[in-house]
Amino acid sequence: MNRIVWCAAAFAVAAMPAYGQDADVSKLREELRQLQQRLQALEQRLQETESRSSKAEESATRAESTATQAAQQAASRPQTENALNPGISAILNGVYSNLQRDPNTYHISGFAPTLGDVSPGRRGLSLGESELGFMANVDHMFRGNLIASISPDNSTIDIEEGYIQTIGLSNGFTIKAGRFFSSIGYQNAIHAHAWDFTDAPLVMKAFLGGQLNEDGVQFKWVAPTSLYFDVGLELGRGRAFPASDRNKNGFGSSNLFTHLGGDIGESFAWQGGLSLYATSPRDRAYTDLDSTGASVTDSFSGSSRTWALSGILKWAPEGNNTYNNFKLQGEYFRRRENGTLTYDTTAASLGTMAGGYSSRQSGWYAQGVYQFMPMWRAGYRYDTLNSGTTTLGLVDSGALTAADFPILGAYNPKRHTLMVDWSPSEFSRVRLQFARDYSRMGLADNQIFLQYIVSLGAHGAHTF
Amino acid sequence: MKFLFLVLALAAPLAAQATVNVFACEPEWAALAQELGGDKVTTVSATTARQDPHHIEARPSLIARIRNADLLVCSGSELEIGWLPLLLTQSGNDRVQPGRPGYLEASQYVVKLEIPKVIDRALGDVHPAGNPHIHLDPRNIRKVADVLSARLTEIDHANAAYYAGRTADFVKRWDAAIDRWREQAAALRGVPVVVYHKDFSYFENWAGMREAGSLEPRPGLPPTPSHLAELVDQMMRTPAKVIVYSPYNNPGAAQFLSDKTKIPSVMLPFTVGGTDRAKDLFGLFDDTIDRLLKTVK
Repeated sequence: MNRIVWCAAAFAVAAMPAYGQDADVSKLREELRQLQQRLQALEQRLQETESRSSKAEESATRAESTATQAAQQAASRPQTENALNPGISAILNGVYSNLQRDPNTYHISGFAPTLGDVSPGRRGLSLGESELGFMANVDHMFRGNLIASISPDNSTIDIEEGYIQTIGLSNGFTIKAGRFFSSIGYQNAIHAHAWDFTDAPLVMKAFLGGQLNEDGVQFKWVAPTSLYFDVGLELGRGRAFPASDRNKNGFGSSNLFTHLGGDIGESFAWQGGLSLYATSPRDRAYTDLDSTGASVTDSFSGSSRTWALSGILKWAPEGNNTYNNFKLQGEYFRRRENGTLTYDTTAASLGTMAGGYSSRQSGWYAQGVYQFMPMWRAGYRYDTLNSGTTTLGLVDSGALTAADFPILGAYNPKRHTLMVDWSPSEFSRVRLQFARDYSRMGLADNQIFLQYIVSLGAHGAHTF
Repeated sequence: MKFLFLVLALAAPLAAQATVNVFACEPEWAALAQELGGDKVTTVSATTARQDPHHIEARPSLIARIRNADLLVCSGSELEIGWLPLLLTQSGNDRVQPGRPGYLEASQYVVKLEIPKVIDRALGDVHPAGNPHIHLDPRNIRKVADVLSARLTEIDHANAAYYAGRTADFVKRWDAAIDRWREQAAALRGVPVVVYHKDFSYFENWAGMREAGSLEPRPGLPPTPSHLAELVDQMMRTPAKVIVYSPYNNPGAAQFLSDKTKIPSVMLPFTVGGTDRAKDLFGLFDDTIDRLLKTVK
């Protein structure tokens, strides 16, 4: 304000006609200019002081709020020793099953029974397996993970996974030891609660006895490339199908695997995998009905090699999967077994006999799951198996007939599955699934599942 | 075998790089690392402004990037809990594991807002350690800049002077910008705002805006018709002046509320790359404030 007045005055003075002497006027002007300058300097100082004081005020307020918040944050920090408790998670699931055929007679025709958990479950309402998990970093070198599943019917606790994993190694190496889901194919390594369908693909049921968890060691190396590339080796005891727990030192199974993966633009991500699982089962037994109608125990000894090829493609517009996304997944399994098949090991029918055995079997599935709006997804899966060629020495030599090994008879099972699920949050899911299953020779089985899966507590990240 | 050689050949150029590889979980931290590290760092962001940092697939490409990272900069406070821990354990890279100099959780170095008193998932996707979206308070960027600069120096001593110089320059420009933004944002003080997700709280706190509601019924859950109807009622009684959403939010809900209540809605860049103008951190705040001022007027 003052400045304007002074300026006006100065202007007026400057513009005034020279009444007096020029010298006087110029002196006056000079004084006026000096005054003006002083005033400007003063004004500037005043402004600076003002802004400084407002800044000080603001920083005081800030300090105050910081102090309050610091106190609040300190108070919110747990002070007790349970601050170091591991993360605990529980997965609950329940299912209503409507099965056209008796699940107790479930088998996959053309394929040796795996003794694994492959049946579609119970009819009616049932509590699924509850999972209890503990996970934490052990120290700077290891991370520990224990996941137990509690079976509701016989109240047994089964360790699904219990392993330690290095976090302190460099150059892309990780080592896992303990019991873990084997990296065969893609879905085997993923916990059932994170599957997109209620049950496992037929290839997992026929070739891995459901889901294969191995006691062993896994070495993995991730290459320092911008394209994801890993190679790994698992050495295990061979505790379950397709191995047979052999009571021997050393290793009972090995699995060599590799993955490649990357992005295509912002919207697509993919991963491909190849694995070779090898084992040499001894006296791997199963029961069958022979030509006389007697229940006999047959067993296989020899070598078993399973190749698994898998591919995943995920799409989300610009990588934002919140509203829409699509996941395409497929796996191809191929198994070759050579060795000896012993008929009727307990001599319950026609007497114990042994002969050569060789089989080449394969199968694949492909599934697509589309999230068409937030919370809602729908999916379709097609499964098929090829019982391939099985050569039985006992049949070729005429000692027995193919009717003595009905379960090994040629048959190509297949299944169509449709599902729709609703996830009100990332911790809960309700799913309705319908399947027409041709696992049993000549019999279609219509299966309806209504299932919930919820997750309590710490919730680990999901693999790609 | 041939394939393996091909892979190793691809690997060679990466190994030859002498720069510090910075893996940022969000674009704002990649931008900050680039400001401070200049040509001595190579930055990559795991997410873009069009992606919700809560929900990212633990893609193979991200594992490959963390495998080669020297420094990881993330918001932390469990924002990335759905994907980052998995990437870390799969990467086989000890340099960036929690507790190492190569692991930086930005939110640990600022005062966090909205630390919940009650932690229950019935309340939605709450973050027990407080709101992790700290970067929209320019003073927080300033604090993280100091920490990030110190980490770069720790990891790459040889270029300590270079980082110090760039940091001093950045801080000078940033402080000047904060003063400018404070003046511009004065008009936003007390303005009631409806947000989509609670990812705007730090800006509100800095600019003195008042949050009048959120389109999400609970943090992390998508808007529902019943909640939107309630919000319309609420806005009829006590109207807000602006509805804001991020590039990764569906504009539908904001548009709906805007149509029903005649309260203008505006998409804010949220992070670097969110709009054409938000090319860097300066542009992010320039554009955020400009868009708000234009809408509120």
